[in-house]
Amino acid sequence: MTATLRIEGLDKRFGGGRSLFGFGREKPAVHAVQDASLEVSRGQTLGIVGESGCGKSTLARMIVGLLPPSAGVIEIEGTNYADQAGKDPAAFGRVIQYVFQDPISSLNPRKTIRKILEAPLKLLHGMPADRRATRIDEILDAVNLRREFLDRYPHEFSGGQAQRIGIARALAAAPRILVLDEPVSALDVSVQAQVLNLLARLKDEFDLTYLFISHDLAVVEAVADRVAVMYFGRIVELAAAQDIFARPRHHYTALLARSAPTVGRPLGAPEGADAELPDPLNPPPGCAFARRCPAATEICRNLQPPLEDDGGGHFAACHNPAR
Amino acid sequence: MTAAVSTAPTRKAASGTFLKLFARNRLAAAGGMILIAVVLIALLAPVLPLQDPYAQDLAQKFQRPFSPGHLLGTDHLGRDILSRLIWGTRLSLVVGVVASFGAAFFGSVIGIAAGYFGGRVDNWLMRAIDMLMAFPYILLALAIVAALGPGLVNALIAVSVVNIPFFARNIRGVTVSLAHKEFVDAARLTGQTDLGIMVSEILPNVLPVIVIAMSTTVGWMILETAGLSFLGLGSQPPVADLGSMLGEGRNALITDPHASIVPGLMIFVIVMSVNLVGDGIRDALDPRLRSGALTRPMARTVVDREAVPPAPEVPALLDVQDLRTEFRVGKRTLHALSGVTLQVRAGECVGLIGESGSGKSVTALSVMGLVASPPGVIAGGTVRYAGQEILGAPFARLRDLRGDRISYIFQDPLATLHPLYTIGDQIVEAICAHHPVPKAEARKRALDLLESVRMPNAASRIDNYPHQMSGGMRQRVGIAMALVNDPDLIIADEPTTALDVTVQAQILSLLDDLRRERNVAILFITHDFGVVAQLCDRIAVMYAGRIVETGPTGAILSDPAHPYTRRLIACVPELGGGRRELHAIPGLPPAVDDLPPGCAFAPRCDKAQPACRGGEIALDGFGETRAVRCLFPENADAEARA
Repeated sequence: MTATLRIEGLDKRFGGGRSLFGFGREKPAVHAVQDASLEVSRGQTLGIVGESGCGKSTLARMIVGLLPPSAGVIEIEGTNYADQAGKDPAAFGRVIQYVFQDPISSLNPRKTIRKILEAPLKLLHGMPADRRATRIDEILDAVNLRREFLDRYPHEFSGGQAQRIGIARALAAAPRILVLDEPVSALDVSVQAQVLNLLARLKDEFDLTYLFISHDLAVVEAVADRVAVMYFGRIVELAAAQDIFARPRHHYTALLARSAPTVGRPLGAPEGADAELPDPLNPPPGCAFARRCPAATEICRNLQPPLEDDGGGHFAACHNPAR
Repeated sequence: MTAAVSTAPTRKAASGTFLKLFARNRLAAAGGMILIAVVLIALLAPVLPLQDPYAQDLAQKFQRPFSPGHLLGTDHLGRDILSRLIWGTRLSLVVGVVASFGAAFFGSVIGIAAGYFGGRVDNWLMRAIDMLMAFPYILLALAIVAALGPGLVNALIAVSVVNIPFFARNIRGVTVSLAHKEFVDAARLTGQTDLGIMVSEILPNVLPVIVIAMSTTVGWMILETAGLSFLGLGSQPPVADLGSMLGEGRNALITDPHASIVPGLMIFVIVMSVNLVGDGIRDALDPRLRSGALTRPMARTVVDREAVPPAPEVPALLDVQDLRTEFRVGKRTLHALSGVTLQVRAGECVGLIGESGSGKSVTALSVMGLVASPPGVIAGGTVRYAGQEILGAPFARLRDLRGDRISYIFQDPLATLHPLYTIGDQIVEAICAHHPVPKAEARKRALDLLESVRMPNAASRIDNYPHQMSGGMRQRVGIAMALVNDPDLIIADEPTTALDVTVQAQILSLLDDLRRERNVAILFITHDFGVVAQLCDRIAVMYAGRIVETGPTGAILSDPAHPYTRRLIACVPELGGGRRELHAIPGLPPAVDDLPPGCAFAPRCDKAQPACRGGEIALDGFGETRAVRCLFPENADAEARA
């Protein structure tokens, strides 16, 4: 089975180049995403986990074509889209769509819901007016929104409803893949579950493949088939969801799992106080996590570990894996 | 100009419509009426019984005002001034308005393009605009007219061009902030072209800014056009506009002042009224002014209560009794808290848990009278610290308590730390505000505190500015500041919500250690059961402005009594549960200006009976230490009580 989404060696640098039309000093560059490779097969949900600044949103924005990658391949159903990224978002829009973190600010405050939902139908699929109306009705039913919402403006909706409108807009483009960037982290817990369950149902109904980005490990574990953990711009571990937090191989994943506040577990012993991310303008030569890692040895500080399979499809980038 | 803002600030937000807002500004309304009158007269010029503005009669030159046949007299060629004035006003108005539309159009196009594309496009366009701005505007206008030749149309072009930078810079600023909004990305993915996005996504959002900018510049442009005409570069004889009339009258200023005073007065009236209207439009349209951002909140929340509840028999460190905080916005009253009763004992950690809008933060702020007034009002209840009533106490007493005996830690340390002072200075200030100690000693104490919150390299970090630190370090500073005066109680409002999980774990364990070392009580406000479970001794669960359940942490988590608590706990996904369907609570929390009678959770509750939907439901105690506000609780002990 070919993968619905395959990325290989995806790389993104910000900054760099030279000032003064190419004659000045070289400007500092930040390597936001380094050599990211993954595959998602049809109907699967891949979770991407990491803390702020780890590059997960940059990765997502490249995959949907909002940001041109510095290098690498973005293959969707066998076609490489990498060259069109950042230039022709519409080409991406027909196969892959994005659901944003902040549901309210992802909707134009001066457009009615009808206008927001019509745009992808009209511009991506050139649908005539009468078919658009029926299609919008179908989509509204799918996300449990009432028809009378169509002529209202975004500020009249609660966060949960606005997020369903955002999902409806993404569905209107009839994509194969949805990239969900922290789709529930702005919502209250009681509403969060409504949206997650809706997403699970839509996946079956519309035969979708999900890329689910979140900082909440428990949410990712509940919805994902496989999970990728990112740290400082790199994928450091990639494994099946039921495996990765229960039996982490990378020490960062273990730390994440240990840090998640859980009912019934006492506060853990704190990490050393100097648990900061390395300076992105001046990254360390070896493993970026080495300074915080309990198992770090000399090689970790000098050599970047490659992402390796343990033989059972459990990938980790660590010289001294936890198991 | 800002009469409306200063007289009725609280009502501004509620009374929605633009016209109402505008009319409340009396000066603007007066200006509007004068302007309408002037415009009407100018429009009616062709049908009014006026004399020919060009008919010369040298025998009749320089007639005084009120002379027969010439109400405002005649000019140096014996032409009727009234007629010339009205026709001239017509021309000046048209030129001013057209010029401002021209400047607004080109300025907006440049501004939107520069702001949207950014990078090199932005750079080139804005440097060109800067070059335009580098010339004194009148010099630039003169140069343009000199190049194109005198004439009213050329003067109009000159005035337009001179004002383009004003619009371009304004619009660019707004566009830059819009271009990175998520809805613009979303529009790209729906297949919109750059032009489409600029026209249909950005333009509607900058339109209010364009209107505001225009309304404040029209008057200015009329004046500039008149200036060019005055210099003889605008309208050419015999055509009259206000500037050229003024210019022609100037020669006889001493002998026959009316020939210049009349058009001068007209210019004054027009420009004045246009500016008043412009300010009115700006005040009414600007969302920042509308939301009352210009009203300064008072130093403490207004207290407007009928009676003070008697002190409890067993006083605790902090006693909150039947606290009712309202937000009075226009005719609406939002009942943020409808009777909150809560106790925090010395050295105890109490978790206040609830969803957004449940009133947990308002509770925290009400304790020290920190809810912004207007629109916040404490409409009932009391807060006692160590047996002493706080809400009715003199302000000096309240200020002594704030930050000294009771301190706060807020969610976003970047917003609560001052960006322009080093963190050391800010901690020293917090110490010196309450205790007259020498600077050096205060600084030493600040350093000790930073070390005790495990700040790495405290000695060098003390001279850092907030932006030089990561979120976790800033929150450590926030905690250090809360600890400076060895408080008895810390009120922590979601202190770890903005942090990453690994940092959150560090901050939580730090707080836990500190409270045990220093025996300080904590009121910990959060939406996260996992955090509460790890840190707090007791929990109070809030829903729609009321506490619906309280009790020891372990008991509530293992055996919740209120259906809301049970279902909220079930909603929280826990690590290690594997792939699964998550529990949800259908429906939404109620709006606090429209609370249902009876139990606020009844519309979402699967156990609700008709009895739940009417009458007051009390927070009844059961067992030793627990209480629940429910007629049909989940818990057998609680049920037995009834």
